[in-house]
Amino acid sequence: MLSRAADSLYWMARYMERAENMARLLDVSYRMSLSSTDGDSEQMQWGPALVVAGCEAPFKATGKTADSRNVIEYLALDPRNPSSIRNSLGAARENARAMRTQITTEMWESLNSTWLEIRGLDYARLEERGLRAFFDWVKERSHLFRGVAYGTMPRDAAFRFVRAGTFLERGDSTARLLDVKYHVLLPTARDVGGAVDYYQWGALLRSVSAFQAYRRIYRDAIRPRRVAELLILRPDMPRSVAASLGELTRLLDELREQFGRNYRSAGLARAAFDRLRYAHIEEVFATGLHEFLTEIVDSNIAIGKAIAEDFGLPY
Amino acid sequence: MTASAPAAPAIFDEMRAPDGAVRTAYARLAQWLEATPPELLARKRHEADMLFRRLGITFAVYGEGGDTERLIPFDVIPRVLTNPEWTALSEGLVQRVKALNAFLYDVYHDREIVRAGKIPAELIDANEQYRPEMIGVEVPGRIYTHIAGIDVVRVSADQFYVLEDNVRTPSGVSYMLENREAMMRLFPELFARNRVQPVGHYPDELLKSLRSLPPPSAKDKDEPTVVVMTPGAYNSAYFEHVFLAEQMGVELVEGQDMFVEDDKVYMRTVAGPRRVDVIYRRLDDAFLDPAAFRPDSALGVKGLFDAYRKGNVTLANAVGTGVADDKSVYPFVPDMVRFYLGEEPKLANVPTYSLRKPDDLKYALDHLPELVVKETHGSGGYGMLVGPKSTAAEIEAFRARILAKPEHYIAQPTLALSTCPTFVEEGVAPRHLDLRPYLLVGKEVKLVPGGLTRVALRKGSLVVNSSQGGGTKDTWVLEG
Repeated sequence: MLSRAADSLYWMARYMERAENMARLLDVSYRMSLSSTDGDSEQMQWGPALVVAGCEAPFKATGKTADSRNVIEYLALDPRNPSSIRNSLGAARENARAMRTQITTEMWESLNSTWLEIRGLDYARLEERGLRAFFDWVKERSHLFRGVAYGTMPRDAAFRFVRAGTFLERGDSTARLLDVKYHVLLPTARDVGGAVDYYQWGALLRSVSAFQAYRRIYRDAIRPRRVAELLILRPDMPRSVAASLGELTRLLDELREQFGRNYRSAGLARAAFDRLRYAHIEEVFATGLHEFLTEIVDSNIAIGKAIAEDFGLPY
Repeated sequence: MTASAPAAPAIFDEMRAPDGAVRTAYARLAQWLEATPPELLARKRHEADMLFRRLGITFAVYGEGGDTERLIPFDVIPRVLTNPEWTALSEGLVQRVKALNAFLYDVYHDREIVRAGKIPAELIDANEQYRPEMIGVEVPGRIYTHIAGIDVVRVSADQFYVLEDNVRTPSGVSYMLENREAMMRLFPELFARNRVQPVGHYPDELLKSLRSLPPPSAKDKDEPTVVVMTPGAYNSAYFEHVFLAEQMGVELVEGQDMFVEDDKVYMRTVAGPRRVDVIYRRLDDAFLDPAAFRPDSALGVKGLFDAYRKGNVTLANAVGTGVADDKSVYPFVPDMVRFYLGEEPKLANVPTYSLRKPDDLKYALDHLPELVVKETHGSGGYGMLVGPKSTAAEIEAFRARILAKPEHYIAQPTLALSTCPTFVEEGVAPRHLDLRPYLLVGKEVKLVPGGLTRVALRKGSLVVNSSQGGGTKDTWVLEG
């Protein structure tokens, strides 16, 4: 398999997952903004979304105020923002187009029609459609993409690179998403454990489709430590950091077996996974949630670099 | 060529004789056509369009503005040949491609044909497609054109003419395959009633053919590593490159995926560098290697030509084949058959006037309204005058162009291209056709029974190019 093909497949999946996670980030921010107190300015509500998306500086450069409309437009639709949902979906499609031989017709069709639909969307039409409906649509297109890949691709290297892209991106994103909560609360640290706090943790759980799972697993009121445990450490939660690293580790091991080579990325992923597997949530909070999440994000970046080196990916 | 043009014969319709009787090849198809209402044909044509669009079988048209990605119109009524007709035609094609390969070897070696006075040296030396870099290079099996598409037209029951040879990177074979696929999906009952020889094994034959000529230094001579090389996703024939790579189960590579080390070619794979033995390249000579040809080419691989010259990789087709399919060389192909094979050509050229010759030029200028005049380097039907279909003003404008550079033109009598029933606005009506069969040259010459039939959809039009309102049809060769 060509390195460029692996690269395209890996980035196709990363961009698709990135689009989904941006929709989830906007969704959770939007929900949090609805449950915030009157005193919060719009800037305080939407600033964190920009920070987590890594878009604070470029957004500032646009000269616009960070109100709900401007931030959503920038993160969802702006063609000048490389991280916008629109651009991620476009990049996923371009990567697929470059490697049509490696994906199934169904995958191409799903990516292509997603792109054709968002290509002409502007904020007015987005609002008309409903913000939540739009976020749901993006999530559904991503579900469809994964489902079609899972249901139609032969289980070969191509499939593994697609999946690896998905899980590396996802683990990274869940860690960043949890960090929103940190950024929202840190400035004032008020109301911890209060009603607002409850709604915000609830919104966070819902944004990663984990609200019901939380209820089922803990049968308890929503407590920050348990939310963090669920989203960072539980390998049985499909969007948790641990589950994503677990999948990634398994995929890299399979590639190692398939090609009979040793990969640095496989070692790094396993070490990161093991660290979470054997960690206790008390330890996480002792380190500091934000610091712990930052470590995860850095380790993900290192794994991504090692994957590129191991397989000769061009970018 | 100095003989006078043949008198315009009646147009040969492939389905019906002048008295209305149905010819053998079309016996069953004619019954079916009679029993099939136009509404059904229209619905099936719509289904075919949907199918092609979904699969992304499009081609690109440039220079006209608007949407560049278009569907080639597909006609649901097939074109039919009997087995004896096909056999006779294919023997002529095989003979011709052998002569063309012998000519190419000769061009880059001893030039015996020039020394024998059969072809003027300047036709080779002044040809833009001539590659002096290829002089003395030994290519596996002495094969230069591995994949050739030879365009033929039919004018009577047993007279076919070669319109042009395409021995560089002929395209369109994916349409041959997809047209058959579409027909079998749309009209399974037709295939139950007619015994049509299959064409679907073309990709297998192509792979076998490519594998049969590994470079001398290939490690595994039985299963050399074959790749399809494309200029990239923005090339107008990209769909076909994807299609062929997929069908053969080989990698589709771009220049950036390969590199040359110690005069050997490798592709960059996730399991490390992998040696490449045979490259079915779908880009022009000039872009292959920035070190040997166009230095500004970002599509090629630096050092590829040296690797090739040293026998470490096979290029299909070889470098420098364009010198054999230029329209100025075309009139000499029958002589090539005689010279290299010692045989009489089984397949005739269209009588052709080379306007570089004063006598031919004079004749052509006197008879422009009857002739078709073509640029020797032109393609796509653009640099072309169809005398009988042109106004006096158009003819005069073209006359001026000819006089400025007569050596850039050839002229041919306007051929009465055969027709075949075609589903158009007015219903089922005859339209003019040509045919491009594809020849695969490896250790042996092979061709699948059929080819790409192009049809001029406009009434009376003789221009079948897809960029000029042409469509395509499935081409049937019957068994028996």
